[in-house]
Amino acid sequence: MAPPCAIRVPIDSDGDIIIARQKGRALATELGFSPTDVVRIATAISELARNVLSYAASGEIRLEALNSRNRCGLAIVAIDRGPGIADVEQAMQDAYSTSGGLGLGLPGVRRLMDEFKIDSAVGEGTTVSATKWCRR
Amino acid sequence: MQQTHRDLLPIDAAVELRRELVAHLRENRTGLREEWVLRITGAQLLRAMTNEEIFAEATSVYDNYVEALETDTLEALQAYARSLSERIIPRGVETDEVVGIVLLLRDVLARSLFGKYQNNPSKLNRVLDAYEPAANRIANTVAVGFVQERERVISQQQEAIRELSTPVLQVRERLLILPIIGVVDPHRARQLTEQLLRGIRTNRARVVVIDITGVAAMDAAVANHLVQTVEASRLLGADVIVTGLSPEIAQTLVNIGVDLGKMKTMGDLQGGIEVAELSLGYKVVPATQAEAAV
Amino acid sequence: MMVPILKQGHVLIATIMAALSDEDMRQFREALLDRVVTSRASAVIIDVMAMDVLDSFATRTLREIAYMTKLRGAKTVLVGVQPEVALTMVQLGLHLEGVATALDLEEGLAYLDRVNRRR
Repeated sequence: MAPPCAIRVPIDSDGDIIIARQKGRALATELGFSPTDVVRIATAISELARNVLSYAASGEIRLEALNSRNRCGLAIVAIDRGPGIADVEQAMQDAYSTSGGLGLGLPGVRRLMDEFKIDSAVGEGTTVSATKWCRR
Repeated sequence: MQQTHRDLLPIDAAVELRRELVAHLRENRTGLREEWVLRITGAQLLRAMTNEEIFAEATSVYDNYVEALETDTLEALQAYARSLSERIIPRGVETDEVVGIVLLLRDVLARSLFGKYQNNPSKLNRVLDAYEPAANRIANTVAVGFVQERERVISQQQEAIRELSTPVLQVRERLLILPIIGVVDPHRARQLTEQLLRGIRTNRARVVVIDITGVAAMDAAVANHLVQTVEASRLLGADVIVTGLSPEIAQTLVNIGVDLGKMKTMGDLQGGIEVAELSLGYKVVPATQAEAAV
Repeated sequence: MMVPILKQGHVLIATIMAALSDEDMRQFREALLDRVVTSRASAVIIDVMAMDVLDSFATRTLREIAYMTKLRGAKTVLVGVQPEVALTMVQLGLHLEGVATALDLEEGLAYLDRVNRRR
């Protein structure tokens, strides 16, 4: 069966983070990602979904199966209409090392995925897009 | 249903035609299949297979082909093409043979349609209009399916070869050695890490000695992989000792922010093994002493 | 309760059975710390074999548990981290200082045995 083109998961509560990452895991497995990459994708979804919940109280995660030049991939898009990020540059600094996991964890998500992009405006919201391609 | 242009068939008429030609292909299944098999052996295709095997596969291919024409969908055909490829690739069947036999089938069936409708040229044209694009899609699907399966098999074999050339050795109970030799690129580094972690789990290792004496140089990316390997191993309960660290590689590690003071290192593999054995509680005594004690 | 907590001698063993929401994790932390106090445990083993993802929140909670149990004089041992999960955690940049690790429950208990014998 061909995988679905796009899955949307609303993020309004705690439990939605788990739903989003389980759907991500299922889609990644179906697309043929390695077990480690499946975990990377599920973890990235978890981090992004938690950000949506913590900073915007609600939003959504979109998961899309990609096919480009005979290579398969998975795109995660986290969208919220929250306060937005004032300084994207600073948010992309690694805050993990000493402060023990504070901050948005975005640099970590970027390391897990192959492509990464943030669009954010104060007062309007944030969209984070992250894509991973199947390894040959 | 009015027909306005010869090339544009109203949907109903096209479906009806397809049904008619599929019925014809099913009625004449035995004869057409036999003709096809004769053409296959005549063209010296599928040399690696016996006549019985060719006949058996030909039957499935024929039926799947006709069904794909009937349903005008390709999923079932794709699935069939994959399983067919899985069967015949180990037998040594080549791409040109697979493409060849599918095209031969297309021709045999086309000729049969010529024969049936030769007295009705305009109907023949309509039938071919319905048949050709579908037949070409089918040929394409089967060929692509075969090639993809071949690529998958080749890549699997390459992976297996790579695995064989990077052994994780169990020297003592709970003690693993991973000697790395040669050039390490990010792909190999990733593979080494996964093999090591699997090895730690299988062997229930508590200490791992990673020896990089044989590694000439390491760029920042690979050095990062090494550090991640050490940390991931710790999460699985295994302590890591890195041996054979050259001054250059030590510098690379420092440059990427590694605190060498926190990493356990020894000059050479032997030294690393001794430290590992001590930490595991093995006492290493010189041979003469051990003999005397017996 | 999604995380059964058993007692074996002076060791508490908490086995996380399935995916825990953030709220579940908080409740688990409270319940575990409570048990540490009431049972005067000397060590806690947390088995995460069933966890397919260990993200920043889960890691932070585990660090907090380790810190709080240490204040009570008890040791924390994390066991059952899957290889893929370990790799992802490390790549994400998550650190677990103050938490001992072992391959599984059996190894975790053996580790605590060794630590006790050395005292």
